[in-house]
Amino acid sequence: MKKTTLFSALIGLSLAAPVSFSTDTPPARKPRPDADNGGLTLPQGFGAVVVSEGVGKARHTVVAPNGDVYVKLDRLENGKGIVRLQDTNNDGKADSTTTFGTFKGTGIAIANGYLYASSDTSVYRYSMKNGVVDESSQPQTIVTGLTLQRQHASKSIALDDAGKLYVNFGAPSNSCQEKDRTKGSNGQDPCPILENYGGIWQFDANKQNQRQSDGMRYATGIRNAVALDWNPATKQLYALQHGRDMLATLYPEMYTDAQSAELPSEEFLLVKKGADFGWPYCYFDGQQDKKILAPEFGGDGKKQDRCAGKDRPILAFPGHWAPNDLLFYTGGTGAANSFPAKYKNGAFICFHGSWNRAPLKQGGYFVAFVPMGKDGKPSGKYEVFAEGFAGGPEIMSPGDAKARPVGLAQGTDGSLYITDSVKGKVWRIMHGK
Amino acid sequence: MKTILLFIGLSWVGWEAWLPSAHPTRLPAFKSESVADSGKVIYDTYCLSCHQANGAGVPRLNPPLAKTDWVLGDKTRLIGVLLNGLDEEVEINGETYANAMPAHNFLTDKQIADVLTFVRTNFGNQASAVMPEEVKEVRSKKK
Repeated sequence: MKKTTLFSALIGLSLAAPVSFSTDTPPARKPRPDADNGGLTLPQGFGAVVVSEGVGKARHTVVAPNGDVYVKLDRLENGKGIVRLQDTNNDGKADSTTTFGTFKGTGIAIANGYLYASSDTSVYRYSMKNGVVDESSQPQTIVTGLTLQRQHASKSIALDDAGKLYVNFGAPSNSCQEKDRTKGSNGQDPCPILENYGGIWQFDANKQNQRQSDGMRYATGIRNAVALDWNPATKQLYALQHGRDMLATLYPEMYTDAQSAELPSEEFLLVKKGADFGWPYCYFDGQQDKKILAPEFGGDGKKQDRCAGKDRPILAFPGHWAPNDLLFYTGGTGAANSFPAKYKNGAFICFHGSWNRAPLKQGGYFVAFVPMGKDGKPSGKYEVFAEGFAGGPEIMSPGDAKARPVGLAQGTDGSLYITDSVKGKVWRIMHGK
Repeated sequence: MKTILLFIGLSWVGWEAWLPSAHPTRLPAFKSESVADSGKVIYDTYCLSCHQANGAGVPRLNPPLAKTDWVLGDKTRLIGVLLNGLDEEVEINGETYANAMPAHNFLTDKQIADVLTFVRTNFGNQASAVMPEEVKEVRSKKK
C-alpha cells in the first residue's frame, strides 16, 4: 500500500512539471486539475480537482494547517456529523475519510488552536495538536441550550482575532407576521422575535457552557445570515442576509412575479457593533437603492418610513440567491500557490441557489468574487468565479440541481475549497499549472 | 368514473365563477377542463413558489407533493393541512422540511377541492379527486 502511494506520488511529481519549487515552504507541488475541472467553469488560469465525490449533506468547511479538510454535515452519516478528508499522496483526491462528532449542523472554523463546530443548538470545540484535530477527545461545549428552531436554525459561526465568537441566530420566521407566511396576516409590531433571533450574537470564544443570555446581541435586524466571516484585513465582521420570501404570493396586488423574483436584494453586510439592518420592518430594494417598508408593516413597495435610518448593505445582489458562505481570501503561504493579486483580501461568496424566484427561472448556484478595497467595502462589481454546479444552464427548481455550493474554505497553500449540499461533493480550486 | 365525479363536483357549487370570463360555452367537456384550469390557477398563485412548478418542493425547506402519502393518502388530513396549515417536523421519504405551511382557509371549498384535485392528479400522482363537500365537512368539523 505504501509502495502504491509512493509510486503515485512520483507520477504526480513528474506530471506537475511547470511548478517552481520554493525552499521556504512545504513542497509546492500541486495536484493536477481534473480534465473537466470537476464539471465547473472557472476563470482562465484556474483548475479544479474533485477531492471527494460525496461526503453526505455538506454544509460549511475548513482546512487545517496540515491540509486536512473538515466538512460539517447537515445530516449524520453513520451517526457522525463531521468528516475529515485527507489527501496523503497529494494527488488532490481524498484517500482517507474519517468521521467524528455526534451532532449535525452547519458551522465549522479553526481558531485559537481549536476546531469549532456548531449544531443548531450548541457550539463545541475540539483541541488540536500541531495543527491536527484530536478527534478522540471530548469536545468542550462553548455555547449551549439554544432553542431548537425549525426555520433558519443554522448556527453559522465566525471567530475574530481577539477571542470572540460570533453566532448567527436566524429568525424562525419569514417576515414576523402573526401567522408565518400566511396571506392577510399582519406583521407583529414590535416584532418579539428580535429579542432572541434575527441577529448576530457575540460570545467569549474560550468560555465554556455559555447560554444565549451570556452572549451580547452584536447586531440586529438580520433575518438569517448563513454566510458569516471575519475579515482579518479590516478586522471587521461581515455577513450576507437571506432576504424575505413571497412578496408576490402574499401581496399579489403590490408585486408581480417578476418583481418578487428580484426583491428583496440579498444583502452583503458590514456588521458593525450595534448595527440594525431593519428586518422584519424593512427590506432592501436594489433597484430603488434603499430600504423599503415591508408590506406587513404598512409598506406599499415605495414608502421608506422608519426604514430610512436603517443600516444599508455594502453590496446588493438579486433576490433569493441564498448566500450560504463567505470567505475573505488571504492567500497561501507560498506566493507561487496564491491566487493572483486581485483576489488578495477579496471576498468569495457561495450562492446556494434560489427557490423563491419561481415561476421565473432560478438564480444563484455559483460562487462569486467581490474585490474589496482598503476601506472594507467592495472596490468593484461582483464577478462569477465558479459555476456549473447545478449541471445545466437553466434551473427551474432546486431539486433539479446536481450540486449546490454551500461552503467555502481556504487551504494553507492558497487553494479554495467548495462543498456541495446535495451529495457533499468537494472541489479544490487552484491557480496556475 | 373520475369524469362523473368531477361533474358532480362541478355542479355542486358555483363553478361558473372560476371559468375564465371569455369561456364561450358550458359544455361538459369544458367543465372538466375548467376544474383542472381552476386548480392550476390556484396552484400557480398560492402553492408554486414553495412547492415548485414540478411539485418537487425544495430540499430541507418545502416538502414535495409528488408521490407522498400526505398527498395520495387520507384526504381528510390533506384538506386539514390546507385549511389549518402545518408547522411541525414531518418526515417525508426520509427528509424533514423547515418552513411552515400557512393556512389557506381564505380559499373557498371549491378552490381547495380544485387545487387538491390538481395536485393529486399531477406530478406523477394518480389519486381520486377531492370534492368541495369533503372540504366543507372538514372545515365544519374544525369549528
